[in-house]
Amino acid sequence: MPDRTIVCRCEDLTLEEIRDLIKKGYQSIEEIKRVSRCGMGPCQGRGCRQIVAQEIAGATGKNMEEIKMPKFRPPVKPIKLSILLGGEDKNA
Amino acid sequence: MRNTADVVVIGGGVHGCSIAYHLAQKGIKNVVLLEKNYLASGGTGRSAAGIRHQFGTEINIRLSATSIKMMENLAGELDYPHGIDLMQGGYMMLAYTESQLDQFKKNAEMQNSLMNAGTKVLSVDEIVRITPALNTEGLVGASFNKRDGHVDPFHVTQAYADAAKRLGVEINTRTEVVDIITEGNRVTGVVTGKGEVISTPAVVNAAGPHGAIIGKMVGIDIPLYPERHQILVTEPLEMFLPCMVISFTHGTYFKQTPHGSLLLGVGDPEHEVKDFNQESTWQFLEDVARKITYHMPALKNVRIVRQWAGLYDITPDSQAILGKTDIEGFYLDVGWSGHGLQLGPVVGKLMAQVIAGEKPDIDISVMSIDRFKTGALIPEPACV
Ligand SMILES: Cc1cc2nc3c(=O)[nH]c(=O)nc-3n(C[C@H](O)[C@H](O)[C@H](O)COP(=O)(O)OP(=O)(O)OC[C@H]3O[C@@H](n4cnc5c(N)ncnc54)[C@H](O)[C@@H]3O)c2cc1C
Repeated sequence: MPDRTIVCRCEDLTLEEIRDLIKKGYQSIEEIKRVSRCGMGPCQGRGCRQIVAQEIAGATGKNMEEIKMPKFRPPVKPIKLSILLGGEDKNA
Repeated sequence: MRNTADVVVIGGGVHGCSIAYHLAQKGIKNVVLLEKNYLASGGTGRSAAGIRHQFGTEINIRLSATSIKMMENLAGELDYPHGIDLMQGGYMMLAYTESQLDQFKKNAEMQNSLMNAGTKVLSVDEIVRITPALNTEGLVGASFNKRDGHVDPFHVTQAYADAAKRLGVEINTRTEVVDIITEGNRVTGVVTGKGEVISTPAVVNAAGPHGAIIGKMVGIDIPLYPERHQILVTEPLEMFLPCMVISFTHGTYFKQTPHGSLLLGVGDPEHEVKDFNQESTWQFLEDVARKITYHMPALKNVRIVRQWAGLYDITPDSQAILGKTDIEGFYLDVGWSGHGLQLGPVVGKLMAQVIAGEKPDIDISVMSIDRFKTGALIPEPACV
């Protein structure tokens, strides 16, 4: 039975979909992210990275430590463009 | 892994995968592609994914118009069920001076007469009708083509890779090329980081910004260097921006993707690092915020969720280096200087024709590496 547990809530991806991608040969978080948008929503992977990493480890027989975590890129939390303009005034 | 091949392709970006597919499609079946990370992990997966007819040199106009036609049927041709997320909402290139507008007019005439591209030059009123939210201060006009747009870089690459594999191409990811073996003046093999050797009479260098390092392996100097470019992504919004907007005056470009988020980019050759550093910077966030809210003040309240960085592979005239070299069996497809994603389909086909010893459908001899000796550079005026 397909496992409809939601792994990535921002992009609405199920465990089944993630497992299918791993079976298709996408065996790193980076690859899964680019092909499915997993971890690219507003939470930036805070919810799903760990689960995806576990799935990859399980499917490939690797240890969790061997699974490369994608970079957290700035900003850490979504911010409005106007907040960045604040820096402008200081330098003006 | 195979230990002999008819052709070894180095690099699993859109160019490498397209070349591999087109070689196999010609019946050259024993093709091996080597990629040191994973497919589309280089510039391809980090691009802004814009496609446009609006170039300013004859060669780029011929290539891009042909490539866009190929993309319009690509998912079907390659039997790729996911599709390539082609979206043709147009590209608007803003002119802030009369001389810039004159250049756009010349470019549009060339695009239309050579390739029937359908590019139009717009008045400020016409611009506002397409993009009401745009700040028109200082604007004198724009060049617009409604068949320009967006394509998903990962899926284009994967579509070529899957189709190539079905035709017998061997694709090895996480496999780095560390040396190329030559005898006299010709290529005879490549060596991987795992110490494997593949004997082959032909090697294609499609290694993007690492192309110069690959060139050194056969003793060729390829004049290209990496330059970091960054992009910022916002939360997804209701569709309101139908087209990509570019300003060469500000070095800015922005668009809404099919997913609804906005991609905001600024080219900053003066300050950006010119090495293999792909870290994102805080300065970039501030620079984009200032420039993009100038173009579209309404975006002040939009949240950004992420930024990323990638490398351009820049050449002295911002044009690619294609075709044969002085080393027999060593071919180049590098140096795309920030506009090579969209040309992956057509150039893969032309490179396959060159490697097969055929006359390519489009004459690419002006892009040969020899131009740096003869001085026959072909500067592209329309680049960010
Ligand atoms: C921020 C940004 C925005 C861009 N926007 C656009 C745009 O809007 N439109 C557009 O058309 N283009 C755009 N580009 C440019 C476009 O991304 C590139 O021109 C294009 O992707 C180049 O493809 P490629 O296959 O030649 O190179 P790459 O995608 O860089 O592929 C080269 C591959 O070679 C591999 N490699 C390197 N060395 C070795 C080795 N020794 N052994 C094995 N493999 C190796 C790398 O890992 C890499 O995967 C943009 C680029 C950036 C960075």
